[in-house]
Amino acid sequence: MEFFKSANIDFLGKKWYFIAFSLIFSVAGVLSMVFWHGIPLDIDFRGGTQVSVKFSHAPDVNAVHQTMDRIGYHNARIRTLGGAGSNDLLIDLPQQESSAQALDQGKQQIINALRTNAPADKQDINNSSSLALSAYLLQTDPLHLSTDAQKQYAAIAQKIADYRDKTKGGVLSSFGDLKGLVDPTVVTALQQGFYLSDFGVYNVAIVGPQVGAQLRKQAMLATAYSLAGMLVYLAFRFELIYGVAAVITVFHDTLITVGAFSLTDKPISLTVIAAILTLIGYSNNDTIVVFDRIRENLKLMRREKLADIVNRSINQTLSRTILTAGLTFLTVLALFLFGGEVLHGFSLALVIGILIGTYSSIAIAAPILVAYQDWRQNRSKPVVALAGKGKGR
Amino acid sequence: MNKNLGWKLIIIVAAVLLFVYGIFGVPAGLSGDALANALVSPSAMRHGINLGLDLKGGTHLILQVQVNDAVNFETDNAMESLKAAFKSAKITYSEITKPDPNNHAEQIVIKGVAPESRSQLQESVQAKLADYDLSPGTENSWTVTLRPQALNALRDGAVDQAIETIRSRIDELGVNEPIIERHGLGQYQILVQLPGVDDPARVKEIMQSTAMLEIKLVLGGPYSSEQEARSAHQSDDSLILPSSAVSRSSGDTGEEWYAVTRTSVVTGRDMRQQGASASRDEENGTPDVIFNLTNEGGRKFAEFTGAHIGDKLAVVLNKKLREAATIQSQIHDQVRITGGFTEQSAKDLAFVLNAGALPAGITYLEERTVGPSLGADSIRAGVRAAIFGMAAVLVFMLIYYRAAGVNADVALILNLIILLGVLGFIGATLTLPGIAGVILTVGMGVDSNVLIFERIREELRNGKTPPSAVEQGFGHAWITIVDTHVTTIVSAAILLIFGTGPVKGFATTLIIGLFANLFTAVFVSRVIFDWVLSRKAVGEALSI
Repeated sequence: MEFFKSANIDFLGKKWYFIAFSLIFSVAGVLSMVFWHGIPLDIDFRGGTQVSVKFSHAPDVNAVHQTMDRIGYHNARIRTLGGAGSNDLLIDLPQQESSAQALDQGKQQIINALRTNAPADKQDINNSSSLALSAYLLQTDPLHLSTDAQKQYAAIAQKIADYRDKTKGGVLSSFGDLKGLVDPTVVTALQQGFYLSDFGVYNVAIVGPQVGAQLRKQAMLATAYSLAGMLVYLAFRFELIYGVAAVITVFHDTLITVGAFSLTDKPISLTVIAAILTLIGYSNNDTIVVFDRIRENLKLMRREKLADIVNRSINQTLSRTILTAGLTFLTVLALFLFGGEVLHGFSLALVIGILIGTYSSIAIAAPILVAYQDWRQNRSKPVVALAGKGKGR
Repeated sequence: MNKNLGWKLIIIVAAVLLFVYGIFGVPAGLSGDALANALVSPSAMRHGINLGLDLKGGTHLILQVQVNDAVNFETDNAMESLKAAFKSAKITYSEITKPDPNNHAEQIVIKGVAPESRSQLQESVQAKLADYDLSPGTENSWTVTLRPQALNALRDGAVDQAIETIRSRIDELGVNEPIIERHGLGQYQILVQLPGVDDPARVKEIMQSTAMLEIKLVLGGPYSSEQEARSAHQSDDSLILPSSAVSRSSGDTGEEWYAVTRTSVVTGRDMRQQGASASRDEENGTPDVIFNLTNEGGRKFAEFTGAHIGDKLAVVLNKKLREAATIQSQIHDQVRITGGFTEQSAKDLAFVLNAGALPAGITYLEERTVGPSLGADSIRAGVRAAIFGMAAVLVFMLIYYRAAGVNADVALILNLIILLGVLGFIGATLTLPGIAGVILTVGMGVDSNVLIFERIREELRNGKTPPSAVEQGFGHAWITIVDTHVTTIVSAAILLIFGTGPVKGFATTLIIGLFANLFTAVFVSRVIFDWVLSRKAVGEALSI
């Protein structure tokens, strides 16, 4: 089977379409970054408190909003996780605490506010850690253990917590469920000290202002070093203009990807930055494949115009470019569709990035080489010998 | 089949066996559970794959060590010994201060030194403070600065000591495989990761209880508000501290503030090893804590208490005044802390003092808890995505390249085996982005095969014979493959340096995957081609 037997498309002739296409998306992204959503940052970079809560029933988002308003978090963002009908909520509080001592204050306030009709003298079993359960059991000693009480109660508490978190998904709805699991006297003792709330907090991230700033700086540096590394390597293997063209191309891809996150108001997290750095590597891959071919063809076809050689090289590698992009896209699409909530942003960045990265190595990188040479010729300087370094066979 | 090809096949088979061992070791059985269990448990020569905190659940904390505390402690002591030295050498000065204890705790300024004492001053500074530099300033003032080398050693030491102290405290919790290590690049931060622990509040309580004990002289108090205390004591040498609740008489709910000296008479560092114990007051039988000082600490303390009989001493725990008591007589080497203890709290404090005091305070910068169910869901989702992605690629390659697709598929599967095998050998931590890295490696790994195959097809179209087309195809593609791999490895290496936790896991798998790919896509795939060609008659077509 073969898709592109002898492609012969005049890519350079369509450069104005490409420029228009890239400009529209870049400018839309930049406008959104400046005037609309800004660059939406996830908790990793902006700091704050993020709590994932599982309810025993589908929660009423408006009611939770009102609850948050009541305790003074007017700018809390609340969204359901994993689609309609889900029992999970993500509650997101912006950075508020200036003092590091009170780092977990927001989390405690959320838990307290969500508790309705809680008996004053009882603890909430769904938001008690195994350590708290174990301490309670040790204190009440329902089994009248004489030796090794601490160890045994710790094991029982762990069993209950595991059952709650792993089997029941985080929320116990009846003490009766525990009867088959542990000794009935333990269950009776627990019933005296604990009650069942209708929610459990299963994931918490609290990031202080200092860490956010530090990570923002690291992400910027990582991206900058990555680009610089690429520039140096390509300048060494090819020529400086190849490195410059590759870096401009990759910058274009990054800009459009970040712009897409801004336009759709999806938060950029640490893993999204990892995806963007991967995409820098990937897009560069594509660019290098075309450049390698240009270098090789320059030696074979010394008399032809650079524009023709570039066009020929793009067409020769077109089959490979589309195939690889398609296959990588397949795997990334699998991640996007089946990878779960946590990887959503990561795979979205790659889905966008691979489409743009493939397009840009054809539409941006190679035309820059030709444009540069035209510019040099217009200034009536000798034509650059683009071939030379590197051993093309 | 030529001899060379035989050797190459042996290398490939050996690699497969080696890395399959790297993944599973010797599993207890061949059932799914037994294999999954073997995957993560260590055996001879391999560490087993670690699951990251995001996959198995647990608590993650980042702490900031207030290294400035340790520096201030050092320079406070230096100030004291300077004062003593100047007294005995009869050098007159108007004051000794630290101009900026918050940002430049390493600097001490001596003001108003008589010009004729210059050489005496230099001598006594050199004799007493070997790690300091002395430089003259304006108007007969001198600046004593801790040398950068000593300053850094002090800061690093504070972080190391904090790590050790926290480790000994965490051990009490009985956590499996806790990670307690330096974090970030030179910001004096500590990363604490506790798999399976779902209660950061309790963890913090235990770490916080690594008490910082100081005994200081009371300058005045109690005052009913911080402002009142501050206006009564404006000197830089005094410190305003709140008293902790236990030291107050019951029923009194108002605040209490004391002014104490900034310098400490003795601290937790002056305590003899395992020198603290819970005990009972001899007179009324209430629980208390005694701690024994080292010889040098005892001498220092005896000298001080002898000179300050009738003054009040403050026992300061974690920057809160725990107790203020009048010095009745000279105290030699034993300090007794009384008041407000229950039997348990006296035992706890003694334990904490013995476990080692933190040389500097800590604050929390980041706290994350991942529930175990979320981790399990993530693994399931990640593995499902990997299987779908991999299957799609394998099937496509078979359809598009027919027999040659088998090469690519073998190379891909081998790539995966090597990647997981290396992870198993080095005991790498697999995170959710790490699983994504595995999937991405599959996608990008296939690129090398596509490059080579497309090139071979092109050479065949140009009329080359199959052996020559294979030769040329690999030759041309090799250059491109090296260039693309190097640049991707550069970006991944940068991620490895700058990234944290999950992102590091991603970079690790990507780098290993790319190196494995150089072996599988180029070497293994070539060997298979050569083997296929060696079995064909001359001129027979290649299935690609």
